[in-house]
Amino acid sequence: MTEQDILAGLAEIVNDVAGTPISDIQPDKHFTDDLDIDSLSMVEVVVAAEEKFGVKIPDDDVKNLATVGDAVAYIQQAGVAA
Amino acid sequence: MTAIRTAEGHGHASILGVGGYRPARIVTNAEICEQIDSTDEWIRERSGIAERRHAAPGETVVDMAVAAAEKALAASGITADRLDAVVVGTVTHLYQTPAAATLIAHRLGATSAAAFDLSAACAGFCHGLAVANDLVRGGSARHVLVIGVERLTDMIDPTDRGTAFIFGDGAGAAVVGPSAEPGIGPVVWGADGGQAEAITQNVSWDALREDPGHAFPTLSMNGQQVFRWAVFAMAPVAQEALDRAGVAAGDLAAFIPHQANLRIVEAMAKKLSLPEHVVVARDVVETGNTSAASIPLAMERMLGRGEIPSGGLALLIGFGAGLAYAAQVVRLP
Repeated sequence: MTEQDILAGLAEIVNDVAGTPISDIQPDKHFTDDLDIDSLSMVEVVVAAEEKFGVKIPDDDVKNLATVGDAVAYIQQAGVAA
Repeated sequence: MTAIRTAEGHGHASILGVGGYRPARIVTNAEICEQIDSTDEWIRERSGIAERRHAAPGETVVDMAVAAAEKALAASGITADRLDAVVVGTVTHLYQTPAAATLIAHRLGATSAAAFDLSAACAGFCHGLAVANDLVRGGSARHVLVIGVERLTDMIDPTDRGTAFIFGDGAGAAVVGPSAEPGIGPVVWGADGGQAEAITQNVSWDALREDPGHAFPTLSMNGQQVFRWAVFAMAPVAQEALDRAGVAAGDLAAFIPHQANLRIVEAMAKKLSLPEHVVVARDVVETGNTSAASIPLAMERMLGRGEIPSGGLALLIGFGAGLAYAAQVVRLP
C-alpha cells in the first residue's frame, strides 16, 4: 500500500471521527493542534485504522503519533512488518 | 433413593418498578477545578459532565440505597416484607463484612429476604438484574430487590486530574418479579482480568496495614485504555444482547449504557447504528459517573421525565473495573 493510499484512508477515518474536511488532513498536520483530535478521538482514529489497514497500534505507541505523517509512516512500517 | 424436590420456577420475570436517589449537594465543574488544574470547558469536552452529586458527610451507601429502594418498592407496589432477596451491586461499602445488603434489607423491613453484595463495579446493576431474573425464573425467589449504589467520593483523589471530575455518588434500585411475558432478556456477560490494572484501587488493604502512613486507597484509571475497551469491545457485546433477545435495534425505545463518560456513550451509540428514534441515556451530564448506580438512576429519570415509554424495550450494558461487563434487553416498567 502506498503512502498516498494510507493518507487517503486515514483522512476518511479522521473525517468520520471528527468531521474534519478531508482536504485539511495532510501529512504535516498535528492531530491535536491543527485537527482538534484529542486523546479520546485519537483512540477512535487508531482503532478504525487498525481495522482498515490490518495493523496493531498499541496504546504505548499512540502517543508518538503527533502528526498525520507520523501515523502514515507507522501504518506503512507496521504493514510491512505484518 | 429419595429424589430431591426442586423449586417451582416462574416462567418469566420483569422489572416491576425503579427508584433513584441523588444526594442533595450539586457539585459543579468550577468547584472540582478548585483542586485540579482544569477548566469547565475541558471537562465538558472530555466527558460531557456538567455537574455531579456528592453525598453529605455521614450519608452512607446504606442510607442512599434505602432511599432509592423505598421509591422502587412504591413504584412496583410491592412491600418490603414480600421481598425474597436483596442484591446490592457496590464497590464503595467500606466494610469488608457484613454486606451492605444485609443492613439495607434490615432497614427496609425485608425480614424474609436473602441479602448479599455483588462486586462487579460499574457492571454491578446489570449483574444483579441477571441474577434476579434467574432467581425468579428458577424459583429461588418471587420478588428481588436489585440495587446499585456508590459513594465514590470516598475512593476518589480530589487532586487527581484523571478521575476527580468523573465520579459522583448516588443509588438506583429495581424490583424484579414474576410476569406473564419475558421482561428481561438473556444476559451477555464476562470479564477480562488481564486488564485488571486499567481501573483499580491503588493500594490493597493489607498493604495499608503494613504501611499505616500510606494515604487512604483511591481509584486509579487508565482513561485511554478504558475508552478503547469500552467502545470497541463493548459495542459487540451490546449487539449480542440484542441478538440473543431477538430484538432489532429499531425495536428499541431506549439505549441505557453505564454512564461512564458521554464520549463513550456517544461512540457506542454510533457503533451500534441506532435509529434516531432510540433515546440514548445522557444522564452522565447531570449526574457524573455513579458506577453501579448509573443505569437505574438514568432509567428512573428518563421514565420520570416522560422521555421513554413504560412498556418500551431498553438495551442496558454495564462495564467497568475488572474489566467486567454485562448486557441485556429489558422491558421498561
